[in-house]
Amino acid sequence: MSKITYREALNQAMCQEMERDNRVFLMGEEVAEYNGAYKVSQGMLDKFGPSRVIDTPITELGFAGLGVGAAMAGLRPIIEFMTWNFAILAADQIVNAAAKMKYMTGGQYDCPMVFRGAGGAAARVSSQHSQAFENWYANIPGLKVVMPSNPADAKGLLAASIRDNDTVIFIENEINYGDIGEVPEGEYIIPLGKADIKRVGKDITLIAHSRMTGYALLAAEELAKQGIDAEVVDPRTIRPLDEATILASVAKTNRAVVIEEGWRFAGIGAEISARIMEKAFDDLDAPVARVTGKDVPMPYAANLENYALPSVAEIVEAARVTCNRA
Amino acid sequence: MFYSLIFSITKVALAAFLDARHDSPSLNHLGDSMAGKKKQQDTAGMTQEGRFYSAERLHAMHDMMLYIRRFEEKAGQMYGLKKIGGFCHLCNGQEAVCVGMEEAAEPTDYMMTSYRDHGHILARGTDGVAVMAELLGREGGVVGGKGGSMHMFDVEKNFAGGNGIVGEQVPIGTGFAFASKYRDDKRVSITIMGDGGVNQGAVYESFNMAALWKLPVVFVIENNQYAMGTSLIRASAETHLYKRGISFKVPGIQVDGMDVLEVERKMAEAIEHARSGKGPMIVEMMTYRYRGHSMSDPATYRTRDEVDEWRSGRDPIVRLQKQMIEAGLATEAEFKQKDKDIKKEVVAVAKAAEAQPEPDLSKLWDDILSDEVPNAYPYPRQVG
Repeated sequence: MSKITYREALNQAMCQEMERDNRVFLMGEEVAEYNGAYKVSQGMLDKFGPSRVIDTPITELGFAGLGVGAAMAGLRPIIEFMTWNFAILAADQIVNAAAKMKYMTGGQYDCPMVFRGAGGAAARVSSQHSQAFENWYANIPGLKVVMPSNPADAKGLLAASIRDNDTVIFIENEINYGDIGEVPEGEYIIPLGKADIKRVGKDITLIAHSRMTGYALLAAEELAKQGIDAEVVDPRTIRPLDEATILASVAKTNRAVVIEEGWRFAGIGAEISARIMEKAFDDLDAPVARVTGKDVPMPYAANLENYALPSVAEIVEAARVTCNRA
Repeated sequence: MFYSLIFSITKVALAAFLDARHDSPSLNHLGDSMAGKKKQQDTAGMTQEGRFYSAERLHAMHDMMLYIRRFEEKAGQMYGLKKIGGFCHLCNGQEAVCVGMEEAAEPTDYMMTSYRDHGHILARGTDGVAVMAELLGREGGVVGGKGGSMHMFDVEKNFAGGNGIVGEQVPIGTGFAFASKYRDDKRVSITIMGDGGVNQGAVYESFNMAALWKLPVVFVIENNQYAMGTSLIRASAETHLYKRGISFKVPGIQVDGMDVLEVERKMAEAIEHARSGKGPMIVEMMTYRYRGHSMSDPATYRTRDEVDEWRSGRDPIVRLQKQMIEAGLATEAEFKQKDKDIKKEVVAVAKAAEAQPEPDLSKLWDDILSDEVPNAYPYPRQVG
């Protein structure tokens, strides 16, 4: 184990997989000579050369589609979007091509590739640069959606995503890039589709992914002071969803709050709470609560931005209500 | 018994076309023109623009064009009988593009197009029964009945669709070329679009990257003058589509897409350009579709005179027949007999395809993911 940042962990995963498999290449805006807009690909050009670490023009639809073709032809592309906000330009290739290629070709063509980049709100960048799109992609058969919440998960999940034979939407979080944590050295793989219990508790289940996992853990500390022992479950893979771990936790605690940074309407919380209602109705002692981003485009002003995002206090409050302690 | 007979007939016609391609000296476009000259002396054939075509090869090209024509007519008929559903885009009139291009390419070269794809996949050598079965939504369809008319794929023939979103295949084809360059395996990606598709932004993003990185791709524009019902002049400020690459330093040429031999020659040049590491090239094929955009289109946006002018004056099949008769390589009677045979063959193909069952319901759940994750929702093969 060594203490490294989330961005270094991602870098390690890519280097590890590129050393292991020469079909893997990294392509995107500023990934090579600039060392990555967020420095995730620091040093990779020097290590692997310009044929495998490739700067693109600002042309998301084009290079996403190029990646799809390269994957169909047998390579294993990692396509970096500077942020997922820009990936909307490439939605046709992700949704209409990559996600459907295996099905539409009767299994003849696979599309083994990773689309990755920063998602969620950054800091003070307003409406067009602060969005959570995991629910968009999680809705689509043929895609896997992966979102690490800490450095170790970032490394293990990205390596697994690169090895996966399907198209993986890998959504990082810009705010988390500088987070430091213990990360296993050498080859490290976390299987996709496996949730992780980040804190064991018995009174309530807090289900949160990506940056919100950290918020849920802070909320759990606060709840502990108030005599509520919260369990924090991080799905890590949004699709396919490790429903079993979530349901087992709810069976133990009988209460749940789902937390997400994105909008409430048809969000991940809506899906998870529906699953709990469908499959664990008899386990519930209270309705499942949701804490989400406010239903507004992200504003710039610091106080408004702060207000638009979920807060630890809101999670604590929702948990207290769910535990009849409000 | 009946089946195997039909298959064997179909396969003979296809095999003749494919064998002719493999054996032909003029296919050897990586160099050696001497081989062609030598063969010229002891084989019947004709020479055009300094390029020799053996009689065998000309017959194969002719037969494949005629096969595609009759196949499409049959498809149109089956659509009228409601046996084919959804969207169905026929390529009657554009056969010289399909066949001439294929003739110039190596079987290992990648090829992909949009949804007007029947002619291209047949020219690649995919079994007509599998193509027809796909149109009918049957088990033995090229993609098992998952795609229909718009989504023909054959990985073994390096045919990558069959893509339903206009222009979508252009970045994908560029990606195949990227893979070819990455592996240095000298395969060329033949990426086909129409005069409608060429106005998509993705096309220019692809031109730029392909030129920047000298990717081995030939961008073929099948200019049949109409993007659905919108004529070229109503949709394009620059109607000389081969010039569309100028800003990206992608050279372009315009080709008479109603002349299979010119298509073959010009494509051979373009493919050689790409294969030799010089980067992409645009080939604009001037062609015409006799039918509407799709089966629901009566094509009232063009005059009967215009259609007749192309049909009777420039038809690619009639043109090649005339050339071959003039060169003493065939007779009119021979072509009439061929037409009868091919029509019969297409009827047999349709029968064989129709006799197939629909795909098993369990197939609904196949081919969504390669690495399925057990015990995670959505579960494979289960909803709810």
